[in-house]
Amino acid sequence: MTDIDPQSAALRPQSTDAAAPLLIQLEGISKVFGGVKALQDVRFDIAPGEVLCLAGENGCGKSTLIKIISGVYQPEAGGTMLFDGKPMDKLTPGLARSLGIQVIWQDLALFPEMSVAENIAFEQNLGARPRLVDYGRIRQIAGRMLDRLGVAIDLEKPVRELSIAQRQMVAICRALVADARLVFMDEPTASLSKGETDALLVIVRRLASEGIAVVFVSHRLAEVLDVCSRVTVLRDGRYVGTYPTKGMTQTRLTELMTGRNFDQSVRAADRSAAPAVLSVEGLGREGDYAEIDLVVRRGEVVGLTGRLGAGRTELALSLFGMTRPDRGTIRLGGEVTDFRSNRDAIRAGIAYVSEDRLSLGLVQPQSIADNIALPVLGKLVDALGLLSKRRKAALVDDWIRQLAVKIGAPEHAVSTLSGGNQQRIVLAKWLATEPKVLILDSPTVGVDVGARAGIFEIVHRLAEAGMAILLISDEIPEVYYNSDRILHMRDGRIIADYVPGRDDIDAIEEAVHA
Amino acid sequence: MSGPTSPGNPAARSPFGGFAEIGGLLGFLAIVVMVFALSNSRFLSGPTFASIAFQLPELGLLTLAMLIPIISGGFNLAITFTANISALTLAWTMQAYGGVDAGTGAYVLGVVAALGVGAFIGWVMGVAIAYTGAHPILVSLSMMIFLRGLGEFMTRGGDVSGFPPFVSFIGHGTLGGIPMPLWILGVCVLLWHVLLTRTRLGFNVYMIGSNIEATRYSGIDTRRTLTLVYTLSGLMCGIAGVVMLSRFNSVRVGHGEAYLLITVLACFLGRVDPFGGFGRVLPVLVALVILQVMASGLNLLGANQHLATAMWGVFLILVMVIRWGLARYLPKRR
Repeated sequence: MTDIDPQSAALRPQSTDAAAPLLIQLEGISKVFGGVKALQDVRFDIAPGEVLCLAGENGCGKSTLIKIISGVYQPEAGGTMLFDGKPMDKLTPGLARSLGIQVIWQDLALFPEMSVAENIAFEQNLGARPRLVDYGRIRQIAGRMLDRLGVAIDLEKPVRELSIAQRQMVAICRALVADARLVFMDEPTASLSKGETDALLVIVRRLASEGIAVVFVSHRLAEVLDVCSRVTVLRDGRYVGTYPTKGMTQTRLTELMTGRNFDQSVRAADRSAAPAVLSVEGLGREGDYAEIDLVVRRGEVVGLTGRLGAGRTELALSLFGMTRPDRGTIRLGGEVTDFRSNRDAIRAGIAYVSEDRLSLGLVQPQSIADNIALPVLGKLVDALGLLSKRRKAALVDDWIRQLAVKIGAPEHAVSTLSGGNQQRIVLAKWLATEPKVLILDSPTVGVDVGARAGIFEIVHRLAEAGMAILLISDEIPEVYYNSDRILHMRDGRIIADYVPGRDDIDAIEEAVHA
Repeated sequence: MSGPTSPGNPAARSPFGGFAEIGGLLGFLAIVVMVFALSNSRFLSGPTFASIAFQLPELGLLTLAMLIPIISGGFNLAITFTANISALTLAWTMQAYGGVDAGTGAYVLGVVAALGVGAFIGWVMGVAIAYTGAHPILVSLSMMIFLRGLGEFMTRGGDVSGFPPFVSFIGHGTLGGIPMPLWILGVCVLLWHVLLTRTRLGFNVYMIGSNIEATRYSGIDTRRTLTLVYTLSGLMCGIAGVVMLSRFNSVRVGHGEAYLLITVLACFLGRVDPFGGFGRVLPVLVALVILQVMASGLNLLGANQHLATAMWGVFLILVMVIRWGLARYLPKRR
């Protein structure tokens, strides 16, 4: 990894045509929180009907910028903010809304128990006199908005029964009802399938054709490449530049977001001579997966990919002893296992890094030290059987050093760490159990691009030391560049296997996601 | 009603709520003592402290019984009636062995039975909570109603009394100048402190209180832990029951009922997180002392007992407001 200067990169920052009237124009925007500069001299502009991508790692200031534009935060003095060419200061959330600035946060902020129609037209009722709810009018407004987007959703259905993609449509309609002129969409594709993403992009194009400006907050370039004309990149609260998406690649964007170069190369090797650590035969569980055969050898990284709902996590949970398979056998080091709970699995040497770091991977409010100690408390007792502070501190310090985790102090809550450092803590806690098999379920979800490379460096080091690793991910490049073999799962079965280098990455992408 | 002093006001001026540490609470305790000492010259005297020392343990033991379930993210609403039923067990055991003439052997047997019954009641609740996933409030509320009904049915709503004279030593005697109930509380506080800070069980209680699923995924037997939490809570209720029997030299179902909510408030005053995961024994102990000093002080000033209870309520609301204010207006670390 080397540092690069974005200014000298082949792509030079580009501004929109000076003649085009801008919808919003920000210059020299800064924001300080308790002495920390969250934003420093940032500029941002967008024209009516433009679709722009706002990119940057977590914590780069994207959210702060959006909150300034939507009136939640006041910027520091010294910057200028123009809307329709007119300066706006003392912006409040209400004022921003009346200007047509709408933000669709990733959690969508819908009311799950209320109907689609109520969610869409809810604000129409606020401040109305008399203070009565006119359901006929609500349905009428909501229906009109859905028609405008060309989507069909039952107006009476409670929102909790909708798919994520449908909920997103409801959130977009809610923004439209408020006469949106500028819509921010925070990671809108994060939980969508490829088909759903395409449908969303069609809607976004339609909004743009109506003159509504849309800002996509994303760091997955592939999805926004077709629809966005420009991408604005922030890094560490600073403005890096605005670039045309034409000619931009994911690699280049990653460099701009992180300020570093990443070499991606295939590291697959044939390890069929190594002894099998985990071998699974004919494993099946009603409704989850069926006829699973797989082997993970000593020092081998086996990628397991497939779309959401393919049964990957369900299989992993059975390997980890959380659920019991109906048939088939799981062998560990040649011996047949019968896990009654994950405690048996952990004792036998299996570790599972959950895809859901927030609610299953770590006890977020508790300290870094306690999270690392949690699965290995038995090793930390003194002669009297009481927990030894000294042993705990030694264990924690050791792992934090080995995995190079950046922390304030071991007593701080895990929730204060960034995604990448949290994932290192998850790895630390499982490595402390001295596993033979490490199952990584989507280990880079919510981890910044820059920090991902660090996670995989650790994974490779572990494999070299002889650990058997099962890497589950739906991001093809992730399994392609980090595994020795790739298994493809669909509808609960393994339907194909690939070898990175021998098989083409695009062909695998096509097979899995198309 | 002598003197213009309101016990709630000093809190407004003390920096007490802002410090998570015990120091703030101790400072506040000093202020409360000072205010009462200034408003009544008889306050700083042996009898006042003796009354505090004898009254504190009942509430204290019940608070310890409430503390661990709250840290685990739960609740135990059955603590007072568990204590009553445990005390009844002891009373009946002594009656079976001759009542007033019962020997120490019968007493020891009765105490063991009382603690066993308390632990068993807790175990039943723990199993229900851990294995069915039912809400602790519902489970313990059901248990509380059951125990109250059972106890009133078996005692016909009256008192059970007639114990050998040595029983009152546990409630009224002193050892080395320190009241027996206070000795018992001291030992229990120490046990609970060690349990929560130095044992695997205690460690897991905090983890479960913050996130039970993440704890289970880390290989902790969360069902067993929860079952133990309520069993220990029940055991502590048993100890409280034994002390209460000795203090009053009788048992009545419903005795100490008013303590139930006070124990919850003492926990929160001692900075236990109402949502689980955080809380320590020693700050809760200091919080208890503060409440007891206030009660005794107001009593000495001639305040009506009901008014004293009302003052506790006012005081606790004030504490919440002050803590909110300090959290909001003091710069945050990290």
